[in-house]
Amino acid sequence: MIAVEHLTKSYGDFIAVNDISFQIDEGHVYGLLGPNGAGKSTIMNIMTGCLSATEGHVRIYGYDIFEEPKEAKKLIGYLPEQPPLYMNDTPLEYLKFVGEAKGLRGAKLKEQVEKVIQQTKIEDVKDRLISSLSKGYKQRVGVAQALLGNPKVIILDEPTVGLDPIQIIEIRDLIKELGKTHTVIFSSHILSEVQAICDRILIISKGKLIAFDEPQNLEKLLLAPNEIIITTDATEKEINEILANINHIVDMSIEEKEREYLVAHIKTDHDNVYEISRSIFYGFAEKGRPLLEMTLKKTNLEDIFVELTESSSRDIEPTEKEETDK
Amino acid sequence: MIAVLKHELRMYFHSLTTYVFGGLLLAFVGVGAVLYNIQAAVSNFEYVLSFGSLIFVIIVPILTMRVIAEEKKQKTDQLLYSLPITTTQIVIGKYLSLLLIYLVPLCLICFYPLIFSQFGDVYLLTAYGSILAFFIMGSALIAMGVFISSLTENQGFAAGISIAIILLNYYSVRLSEYVSSTAFGSAIAMCVVIFLLGTIIQYLTKNSNLAFGICSLLLVGVVVTYFVDSTKLEGLLPSIMKKLSLFERFNVFVNGIFDMTAIVYYLTVIVFFLFLSVQSLEKRRYN
Repeated sequence: MIAVEHLTKSYGDFIAVNDISFQIDEGHVYGLLGPNGAGKSTIMNIMTGCLSATEGHVRIYGYDIFEEPKEAKKLIGYLPEQPPLYMNDTPLEYLKFVGEAKGLRGAKLKEQVEKVIQQTKIEDVKDRLISSLSKGYKQRVGVAQALLGNPKVIILDEPTVGLDPIQIIEIRDLIKELGKTHTVIFSSHILSEVQAICDRILIISKGKLIAFDEPQNLEKLLLAPNEIIITTDATEKEINEILANINHIVDMSIEEKEREYLVAHIKTDHDNVYEISRSIFYGFAEKGRPLLEMTLKKTNLEDIFVELTESSSRDIEPTEKEETDK
Repeated sequence: MIAVLKHELRMYFHSLTTYVFGGLLLAFVGVGAVLYNIQAAVSNFEYVLSFGSLIFVIIVPILTMRVIAEEKKQKTDQLLYSLPITTTQIVIGKYLSLLLIYLVPLCLICFYPLIFSQFGDVYLLTAYGSILAFFIMGSALIAMGVFISSLTENQGFAAGISIAIILLNYYSVRLSEYVSSTAFGSAIAMCVVIFLLGTIIQYLTKNSNLAFGICSLLLVGVVVTYFVDSTKLEGLLPSIMKKLSLFERFNVFVNGIFDMTAIVYYLTVIVFFLFLSVQSLEKRRYN
């Protein structure tokens, strides 16, 4: 269990992380989502003790990462954005070093190293120099390092960046696999990735936490009206008349398509969008105007992501620069 | 700490720098032994070490330049920070590995006096006393090198600065004869040193108030001393330069005195620079 309380990190006048608080429970896969430069890496670096916070606390199973770093760090495996590998080591040597530094000795060390080598499927390359490995393998050695010592929490910073599609899928499968036995937190700026793997999503924008929920709830969270798109050969006046009789329509726009057909984008706040589409269908049928095409567009996470991150950048005014004490 | 030590040793023995370091040290001391002990038939091995100490200017930077700088460059320092070991353990582990690497050629050098003693009277006590002092002085220089390496992520830069500082240290006694020993000259020199110190503090802490405060305090101190009792400043600069020289203290051992104050001085230098290295590593977290 990780508790992050009022975390703030500023570099001079620039505020990278702005008063973030959240709690992470055991046994889920958490996705930290945000555009580039949102502060994801900074948050992760602070959570793992690689960076100090300007204000706030991070507690890992009750251990404060700044006050009791040794105990706290034993519970965390961390893979930074750039895998921290020694190029002149072989994966085996490297993993032995990390294992020893994590306090493993003798038979236990050997057993753990072998286990993570199998888990991350680097058996074939374990005796080659890390500098000669492909990026995918390097990434896996990085993940293997994080797994050593069987930490309860595994934190991965953008683990799929720069990999080819097959490697991405492999890493994602690995994360899912790990999620069964560990708490996994990973960051990404790719929405579909987070959507595919995570149980919980934290959306970060401009150093602020703007949403933290399950993917399904996030979709509900934003009461974005669902949208119905119709194509018809009715005139604009007729469309307006028909739709005026239907409740729960909050917004509508009409545009002209080729061959003088009109396309209407209808937004509704009704719980069941099919009810509205039924009303629309009968409305047009009564007027003897055919619907040539009807598409239902549900809001998906992509829209929420864009809307949340964009609206937050609109909301947040440039923070007053605090006069540095002169 | 043991893990870091073992890992560093393995990495160093995989890389060329270790062999260059050991080779140059052995070659230089070997040339010295040929010149003094064999050709000139002097039975004092300590003179060879005095001659050989110049090679530190090159080999210490070679050894220490990558020790922390490379970690930063390869971003492996993030791994070290996230492991359940303290920065003190990291620095000490790295430092001890360097000392072990330094000990390897020294162990070979330890045989030289024994070999020479087969062919004549060698003062073994002063010879081994000097070798011990040679080791501790080298350790102090390595500690300086570790600190300089922790300041930058550029190996070349670390090496350059280390060479400059060790060279300056080597020649500081000779230079001290040329610098002004008048009170006014010393005062001016002190001011320059204080400004340099302020710049360094400003660079390290990014806190201009602190740098400004310390500088103005020291400057006031210098000015007050100059006007109240200017005799105190007379000859201050040369004597400071002599006192700070690590190499000058080594010559005491070469002359046959096992000077405990010098040993204490070397140990202080080691602790001081290792402490600064730890702070420099810690500081990166607070950037």
